Amino acid sequence: MTDTSLVIAGKSFKSRFLLGTGKFKNKKDLKESIASSHSEIVTVALRRIDLERHEENILEYIPSHVTLLTNTSGARNAQEAVRLARLGRASGYGHWVKIEVINDSKYLLPDNQETVKATEILCAEGFVVLPYIAPDLYTARALVKAGAATVMPLGSFIGSNQGLKTRELIQVLINEIDVPIVVDAGIGAPSQAAEAMEMGADAVLVNTAVATAQNPPMIARAFAQAIEAGRLAYLSGLPQQEPAAHASSPLTGFLYDELDANQKHS
Amino acid sequence: MNVIINGQARQLASSQSLNQIVENFTKHPHAVITELNGTIIPFEGRKEINLQEGDTLELVTFVGGG
Repeated sequence: MTDTSLVIAGKSFKSRFLLGTGKFKNKKDLKESIASSHSEIVTVALRRIDLERHEENILEYIPSHVTLLTNTSGARNAQEAVRLARLGRASGYGHWVKIEVINDSKYLLPDNQETVKATEILCAEGFVVLPYIAPDLYTARALVKAGAATVMPLGSFIGSNQGLKTRELIQVLINEIDVPIVVDAGIGAPSQAAEAMEMGADAVLVNTAVATAQNPPMIARAFAQAIEAGRLAYLSGLPQQEPAAHASSPLTGFLYDELDANQKHS
Repeated sequence: MNVIINGQARQLASSQSLNQIVENFTKHPHAVITELNGTIIPFEGRKEINLQEGDTLELVTFVGGG
């Protein structure tokens, strides 16, 4: 069985690894990490420019074949997310937007209700909308109804590297939602990304775990391989866990007819 | 002329185009998005617009983010 491409809003991607660009120590690491990740979708944020000094332009470090996904981080409600999305589109760098609405400073959990509102408005304006949510079936259904291109549930608290704390809730979305499920936030190690893919997630978005590793380009490569491995495992029809032991090799028919015979002689 | 740029009160010499103002603050004018009094101004419109007393201008660009 060969894999199919990841398709988001009619666009095909070979890579199932979305990379965030925040927190990198330097632009060289960022550029090399994008290359070694083979990511084809990269997120960026929008901020006021610093009036006191001329800043670098991050877009110079992102290859032109990569789809730019503007996130609305900093937005505390739907209205602010919509404003940021419109600003991003005015740059001329595309109309793909990750809706991120956070108004809780302790847990940094996304506000699902405001995210649905922003998704409704932006889909109607022709944006390709990838909303980031706390995993919840009803929210996901409302997002699909609004026209969301994907649903992106968090694996655990943003930036926590805790992995798939919300595993069972993500599984519900994988089972029930027809648009691609992209596990976003909290993925701290390649093994966790592989786990998400083995569950049947369509893609994984990672930022902190790559950007804050000692060698970001190397871990980006590790994530890419883990995501591919997890995907292959999922497609292979991963065997289920069993409650008891089942021998991998035949235990009878050579030295003894029955396993009990072995016990009698020992 | 008194204006607000990115939340800061600034005094500008009069009759500067939006284009000139953007170029004063960045080496990458094409990576900067302008919003004047709440309205996004497209790149091609910057030359024709001069700032007025009391205007509020936002200059926004892309940065790293997840």
